[in-house]
Amino acid sequence: MVDPVLSLRDLDVRFNSDGHQLRVVNGVGFDLMAGQTLGLVGESGCGKSVTSLAIMRLLASPPAEIAGGEVIFENRDLLKLSKREMREMRGGRMGMIFQEPMTSLNPVYTCGSQIIESLRRHSGLTGKAARERAIELLDTVRLPSPEKRVDDYPHQLSGGQRQRVMIALALANDPTVLIADEPTTALDVTIQAQILDLLRDLQERTGTAVLLITHDLGVVAETCQAVVVMYAGTVVERGEVGAIFADPQHPYTVGLMAAVPRMDALQGRLTAIPGSVPPPWERVVGCRFAPRCPLADDRCRNERPTLREIAPGHEIACWKAPIEGVSATGGQS
Amino acid sequence: MTALLRTEGLTKHFPVRRGTLRRQAGTVQAVTDVSFQLEANETLAIVGESGCGKSTLGRALLRLHEPSGGKVWLKDMDITALNRQGLREARKHMQIIFQDPFGSLNPRMTVRETLSEPLLLHGLATSATVRAEADRLIDLCGLARWHAERYPHEFSGGQRQRVGIARALATRPMLIVCDEPVSALDVSVQAQIVNLLQDLQRELGMAYVFISHDLAVVRHIARKVAVMYLGRIVEEATTEALFTAPRHPYTRMLIDSAPRPDPAALRHKASAKGGTPSALAMPSGCAFHPRCVLADDRCRAIRPELRQVGQSRVACHFAEAAISDNVVPIKADSPALMRRLAVLEQARAGQK
Repeated sequence: MVDPVLSLRDLDVRFNSDGHQLRVVNGVGFDLMAGQTLGLVGESGCGKSVTSLAIMRLLASPPAEIAGGEVIFENRDLLKLSKREMREMRGGRMGMIFQEPMTSLNPVYTCGSQIIESLRRHSGLTGKAARERAIELLDTVRLPSPEKRVDDYPHQLSGGQRQRVMIALALANDPTVLIADEPTTALDVTIQAQILDLLRDLQERTGTAVLLITHDLGVVAETCQAVVVMYAGTVVERGEVGAIFADPQHPYTVGLMAAVPRMDALQGRLTAIPGSVPPPWERVVGCRFAPRCPLADDRCRNERPTLREIAPGHEIACWKAPIEGVSATGGQS
Repeated sequence: MTALLRTEGLTKHFPVRRGTLRRQAGTVQAVTDVSFQLEANETLAIVGESGCGKSTLGRALLRLHEPSGGKVWLKDMDITALNRQGLREARKHMQIIFQDPFGSLNPRMTVRETLSEPLLLHGLATSATVRAEADRLIDLCGLARWHAERYPHEFSGGQRQRVGIARALATRPMLIVCDEPVSALDVSVQAQIVNLLQDLQRELGMAYVFISHDLAVVRHIARKVAVMYLGRIVEEATTEALFTAPRHPYTRMLIDSAPRPDPAALRHKASAKGGTPSALAMPSGCAFHPRCVLADDRCRAIRPELRQVGQSRVACHFAEAAISDNVVPIKADSPALMRRLAVLEQARAGQK
């Protein structure tokens, strides 16, 4: 059995705005195993990006406040590290990739100098050795003619090439964990396919564990071994990728799977989930999906369901599961 | 019988000016020589990646961009020949909805005011009937009556798109150009809007030009698909033909690249290589040749014309030879998913 390299326990994140307290992430937890790609999926506003930023301690405080929980990485709680220790961690043992590399790369430095800076800081490489390593990294991410590109500024590259530089930068110091927040969302589909292929190859080669934050179930199916489904700041279901797609248990996951338009399905009506995600200022005591769930009863509305195992390695937070049990006759109480 | 919408050689080139004298430094060939037909009650999808000219094409159809060449007919009306007054009249029959309706809705107008304006402007309602007519549009688009007195910023993305659709429907158009109408929406809401568009078409019989980069959405909504690459249509076929047996290598690349929500799907991704070149520096011959696995000397020198091959129109020298069969095999939904979905649907029906 492999050990988790990153463990999240009961993470609570709140945003304080105008005297209101928005509970954006509510008791979120999961384990990222060594060599694994874990998909954190959900629709906008579900708290998946805030969770990843909280792990990296990149949330601006105020307004954000990490109100509780633990992020265990290499036997230490990241939430308790000093700012300085955290700076060492980011870009060193933990790499990051974001959706829009143009905003995370510095426009006034060349791609090479940004990688060299990171190598100097975290691995102590300098001078020619650092430059050669930077070129090698750009070659690893299959940037064409890396020995020339190393002196290019970010604006001279296309979106896909910038994302490759971003990946080279994230992997510069052989991180144990790579956090990728919607890394291909801004890219065209043919470029996305190339970047996903690259990430998969690199992972097989280096064994880096990847936490992939995405809204795209297609991307999850193609790259992840495990999945955590989030809804309105909470984890509703988690398990192996095969189980989540073939055997979804939570009414939200079932609805989500049915709503995805597919190239490999015959034309027909899509199954929409009526209603929309509750805004974070709305106080919900019970299950956050209850207002949109046709099976919800008083217990669902008043008592928050916790994660429980429904099959080996497959957990869901729903009082009603397995929902076949609540069949046509006795569904509504 | 004349088609509802017909274009012939539609072209839009943008001059690029540089330097203090604003000399023309080049031309962006956004849309070149696009011809197609669309019948009433039908949906033609225009697909392609960013910069392929699909949005420019959509706007050129309505003359929101003045075409640089070619013709557009709506029924027997030559849109490209209309004067300002005539164009304003014609716009009643052709409407557009955008990716983010927020940018196209007036933030200072309530939904009722937004809907009433075109109704009164085009003489489709009088001050006596405008209220009822706006209510009809609100019902039609699945909004609640009390939404009418709200402002755009008070709505969620999906609701805002409903308002955008309601406004487009106000003038009872024959044609709606839908420019990435669901791209900014989450999947559960996206499904609501896709269904709404399909229901409205069934009910009202409009034709849609559905511009999208998402092949899966296109498969659900369109009967015909035109694939664009660097300003030209490279393949046009029925949706079934396009997805089961794509003939252009670029179409094949797009289909292979799109991630499928199925962990068991076979992956064959070797075909995606390189990125789209700049529309300022078009490659010689076939514009796709630098990325194409089949390309030879002929492709580098001679641009293939769009021509009829079987049931499709294809612009590729190898169109006859290159047939890939059953590229996207139809997969049944997982039985567990179907079972649970049925339970949810039944419970939902019981609630009503």
